[in-house]
Amino acid sequence: MNSKCKTFTLWKLFVTFFLISPTTFGGGYAMIPLLEKSVTEKNKWIKKEDITDILAICQTVPGSIAVNTVSFIGFKLGGIPGAVIATLGIITPTFLIVLFLVIAFLGIQDQPIVQAVFTGIRPAIAALILFAAIRTGKRSIFDKFTMAIAIVSFILLLFVSMHPIVVLLFGGLAGILFRGREKVNPADSHQDEII
Amino acid sequence: MKLYKIEEEHGQRREERMMWELFLTFTKIGFISFGGGYAMIPIIEYEVLNHGWLDAQQFTDVISIAGMSPGPIATNSAVFVGYKIAGIPGAIVATFAISLPSLILILLVALFFYKIQKHKLVQSIFYGLRPVIVGLICYAAVRFSIYNGIIGGDYLFNGVSIMILLFSLSILLFTRIHPLVVIFLSGIVGIMIY
Repeated sequence: MNSKCKTFTLWKLFVTFFLISPTTFGGGYAMIPLLEKSVTEKNKWIKKEDITDILAICQTVPGSIAVNTVSFIGFKLGGIPGAVIATLGIITPTFLIVLFLVIAFLGIQDQPIVQAVFTGIRPAIAALILFAAIRTGKRSIFDKFTMAIAIVSFILLLFVSMHPIVVLLFGGLAGILFRGREKVNPADSHQDEII
Repeated sequence: MKLYKIEEEHGQRREERMMWELFLTFTKIGFISFGGGYAMIPIIEYEVLNHGWLDAQQFTDVISIAGMSPGPIATNSAVFVGYKIAGIPGAIVATFAISLPSLILILLVALFFYKIQKHKLVQSIFYGLRPVIVGLICYAAVRFSIYNGIIGGDYLFNGVSIMILLFSLSILLFTRIHPLVVIFLSGIVGIMIY
């Protein structure tokens, strides 16, 4: 009885995320409202007040926030199998769509009309990338320090050709150093010992 | 006949090595893909060019297709690169590889560090890391534009392309029109002009 119930849940998990997946356009932020509604209202898997915390956690882990959130919810509902099934559910549809587009593109890319279409599309893709930068910037640049870090890292990447991973490391380090000096509140200091 | 067999075995081993290399490279990218996907474009580009899997022009095709598809752009790029160098198995391996680290890290966080986002050290790291992500995405946009002759080249910039870029950006910023519509329209403009 119990195992039957579990299979049903896993299947439901898979189908729910499988259906949301094709709407995840542009990294996944677009999907968050839909995902939220599905897991809190429609399926009542997660309490509404918990979802903010889950999103915050999933942002600290590398990868797409949408996929991370789905993995996390999958884990909360069905342990490791739940996490795997939920992740597969969210990844599979976009994988198939992209694979189809790639195969189609490689087959027709030499046609003049396709080249014309892509000459038109490329600037729009550049705009899409810039849009992502602005969207991310609104959340992560909020004082002089973060502004300086963004500008310096851009210069290091473009003109010094520094490896992106090195720049990321510098950013993290700068964050620790700057924040560390900023907050010398003795009430917080015991937290450092836990590290 | 014997020679043929040796050659075949050799080819098979090379293929295996290629798959392994594909797996390792995209796992590495998966572990550092902070900021979703757009910030990973320069890192994927670096790896792909370094391995000699694609040239710079082919990589802009990867970004175009990955950008116009649903799903995270980093994962979409993995599908393209994987398919291009090793067919459908390659696409599966690359996608699996780039997704695995996040899944493992999420499980670890869910099991042991449930309050990780509230930790002071983590907050400090992200205070410095998030602006770098913005820098990385801007860098990706500039490189993509240079490779496609939108900026740089013989003239400082290509007039028509810049118009499409600015127009698309304003639509994305100031209206709620879906990005797919913007891409579709710019494709039609492309047919009309070129």
